[in-house]
Amino acid sequence: MKELLLIAVGSAVVNNVVLSQFLGICPFLGVSKKTETAAGMGGAVIFVITLSSFVTALIYKFILANETLMKMGIDLTYLKTIVYILVIACLVQFVEMFLKKQMPPLYESLGVYLPLITTNCAVLGVALTNVTKEYGILESVVNGLATAVGFFIAIVLMAGVREKIEYNDIPKPFQGTAIVLITAALMSIAFMGFSGMI
Amino acid sequence: MNKNLERLYNGIIKENPTFVLMLGMCPTLAVTSSAINGLGMGLSTTVVLVLSNLLISAFRKIIPDGVRVPAFIVIVASLVTIVEFMMKAYFQSLSAALGVYIPLIVVNCIILGRAESYASKNPIMPSIFDGIGMGLGFTVGLTCIGLVRELFGAGQLFGAQVLSLSWFTPITIFVMAPGAFLVLAFLVAGMNIIRKKMDEKGKPLAQPAGCINGDCASCGKADGCKDRKGA
Repeated sequence: MKELLLIAVGSAVVNNVVLSQFLGICPFLGVSKKTETAAGMGGAVIFVITLSSFVTALIYKFILANETLMKMGIDLTYLKTIVYILVIACLVQFVEMFLKKQMPPLYESLGVYLPLITTNCAVLGVALTNVTKEYGILESVVNGLATAVGFFIAIVLMAGVREKIEYNDIPKPFQGTAIVLITAALMSIAFMGFSGMI
Repeated sequence: MNKNLERLYNGIIKENPTFVLMLGMCPTLAVTSSAINGLGMGLSTTVVLVLSNLLISAFRKIIPDGVRVPAFIVIVASLVTIVEFMMKAYFQSLSAALGVYIPLIVVNCIILGRAESYASKNPIMPSIFDGIGMGLGFTVGLTCIGLVRELFGAGQLFGAQVLSLSWFTPITIFVMAPGAFLVLAFLVAGMNIIRKKMDEKGKPLAQPAGCINGDCASCGKADGCKDRKGA
């Protein structure tokens, strides 16, 4: 239990996925203009990363690193990058179809963000980190959920700041993306303060 | 041959993926804490890019249009796996420093973007040179950012101490995570000024394409991004 809690806090705030690991920068810069859309994107990311960590952990344990195959001398773990990217792409498509059919209200709020997530490097990044750190299935799911919550926190905070920046007088060259990156740098400094926690 | 040289010039200068097109921002921020890491990342991306352009261009008439993106992804992922294992075998320290960002070359905008917008429509030779040009452009970009961060953050260039620590206090923040955002912010601002000057001269630069302005029209994943306009 204590270990899971440490993984969760570590992935959500200490090693924040955007602000210290630089994964998922695209949506972080692109979809953070309004708090509502940012929260929608964050919600969709939480959903997809949690699910994909679970599925990729299952695939790793029972297919790629299958014990019987291992004993026969067949090691499939080298296929993980290829398998994961395809599984994630299919999974996102499948989730989109399922939500559209079965849960229209949820699809309304998350649907438009789902296709954007397929190639979000955070999803593949988390799946690969779970392998590198040798997490089991439960740990992988917790790590995925916490990482995604970290993304949610970062993008919603950023959207809040950006809504205020709109009204400020910013030097010409810094208008647009540059000031957003400066904001991200300041947020990143703030998040470094968590590094003593674990 | 002229066309090949034109591709090289296009990739390294005219449409430099880091400075002009602003593509592949995740690795740009993540691995540029030193020049040597930036160089390593740039060169490994170049290898993948050249080989993927070669294969995709060679198979461009065989791959059915409906499944081209998954087909590209499988080709790129296979090449990335090969590069990852080569690096683990021959460049262990670099491979350890770059870590998860090596397999993440798969989701780098530049590679799928070039596959979609160039290699899938052009013959093999120009595609290879397009890959070399774009890859070297990316390498130059990452190395330059790495040089700046390393110089300010540690007083070093390629690991050699150039600013003596007797009078220079390293601004450590530059080699840490916030420094990446700061350097990129000033780079974007600088490019905004250059862009404006070039516009006035009547020689406009190519627009940033991709993550940085929330628009991925030319990034090869445009299919998935069509709903983004509203966001």
